[in-house]
Amino acid sequence: MAKVLIPTPLRQYADKRDSVEVEGRTVGEILEALTSQYTELRRHLFNDEGKLRNFVNVYVNDEDIRYLAREATPVQAGDTLSIVPSIAGGRRGL
Amino acid sequence: MASEVLAPPVSLSNEEILRYSRHLIMPEVAMEGQLKLKRAKVLLIGAGGLGAPLGMYLAAAGVGRIGLVDFDVVDATNLQRQVIHGTKDVGRKKLDSAAERMLDINPFLHIDKYETALTSENALEILRDYDVVVDGTDNFPTRYLVNDACVLLGKPNVYGSIFRFEGQATVFAYNGGPCYRCLYPEPPPPGLVPSCAEGGVLGVLPGTIGAIQATETVKLILGVGELLVGRLLLYDALAMRFRELKLRKNPDCPLCGENPTIRSLIDYHEFCGVPRQEGEAGPGVSEIEPMEVKAKMERGERFVLLDVREPHELQICSLPGATSIPLGELPRRVHELDTADEIITVCKMGQRSARAANFLRQAGFRKVKNMRGGTNRWAQTVDPTLPRY
Repeated sequence: MAKVLIPTPLRQYADKRDSVEVEGRTVGEILEALTSQYTELRRHLFNDEGKLRNFVNVYVNDEDIRYLAREATPVQAGDTLSIVPSIAGGRRGL
Repeated sequence: MASEVLAPPVSLSNEEILRYSRHLIMPEVAMEGQLKLKRAKVLLIGAGGLGAPLGMYLAAAGVGRIGLVDFDVVDATNLQRQVIHGTKDVGRKKLDSAAERMLDINPFLHIDKYETALTSENALEILRDYDVVVDGTDNFPTRYLVNDACVLLGKPNVYGSIFRFEGQATVFAYNGGPCYRCLYPEPPPPGLVPSCAEGGVLGVLPGTIGAIQATETVKLILGVGELLVGRLLLYDALAMRFRELKLRKNPDCPLCGENPTIRSLIDYHEFCGVPRQEGEAGPGVSEIEPMEVKAKMERGERFVLLDVREPHELQICSLPGATSIPLGELPRRVHELDTADEIITVCKMGQRSARAANFLRQAGFRKVKNMRGGTNRWAQTVDPTLPRY
């Protein structure tokens, strides 16, 4: 069981929860379980080819999974997964 | 001394010594640090939510020269968070309003005003003269532009961003450290992430994040402490929790990696997929003015006015006869609508409703229009008693 922290912009797609406890042995399994539970999250996390989007980073504890084994990164019970999307802040466009 | 030939011969007047007394008595700053601040040149991009605390604290701290880049005008909706501007400043240029406040705080400050949007054409020229760049902007194209210009010029980029109750801060491109592209190689496509104008922001939040940026800027100039380099600070105001994530330099970064492919500034609007002009609706979706919608109502025409704003926004104002389905619920509630009906989508500013209209169009609805400018434009052109927000 790992805790997944849901960032503010994505909470609207996860029943407004700020964290969700999810089963899984790897980051991939956990994200799969998470997006099966909250299907609207899927298109925000993955592109059409099913790859994690380039403006969404995932961390196991404080380490970026791009520098671990990406989706194959093992997750231990009690680990925290953070989903951290890019935010610009303020008004749009120029 | 030989070093004084290189550095401008700066000293403090008795008035300045009194003003900076609480800095001067700390060994980490002292006279040497205060002179570093006075010699420092900081470029502050954006005089908005983040720029407000940044401008005021950097002015107060005694930074000698601050460049301000902004082309916006103070609006009443800014005052909830942009504390550098006051009620009397509504309608004034943010540059003038911010500069006046900063010079009131510290008349020893020199301000360079740049009344322009930062662009690929002017960025290198503007940034070149400064020691530190502070990103207080509010949109992805400018953020990537600031990042790229900083890396190309070798300037540190003190970064902060905010959304609703959440903020991020770090220092990019410091001494060859990671850059914004190492963190996020690409921006989200337009429309997937709401802006503060649509998503909202806690008024105090830019104060917290801007103050963190100001702290890092001052430390960077003084050369003291541990900078937020290689660390991404996350702040959640609702949980009142700070967290820190590792921020690594990406060896494959196209800008600052081992084999860079970006060697000059690019077209950031194209890179971010942001249209330069208005007109958010996709092919097949036409726009309609609030005035025309009003006229259709008066003629008794049959159509569905679909308000896609969130339920809490309906408490602020609503249009007569509107049907409410929040944008996020539209995919699973689309069966509540009839493809035979004419549908006019509405939100606060016309962007979310454009996305709703595009979605409906793709879902097989043929008679879909997007009301231009949303309820705010309705308030301006049809019914001035309707609140704008």
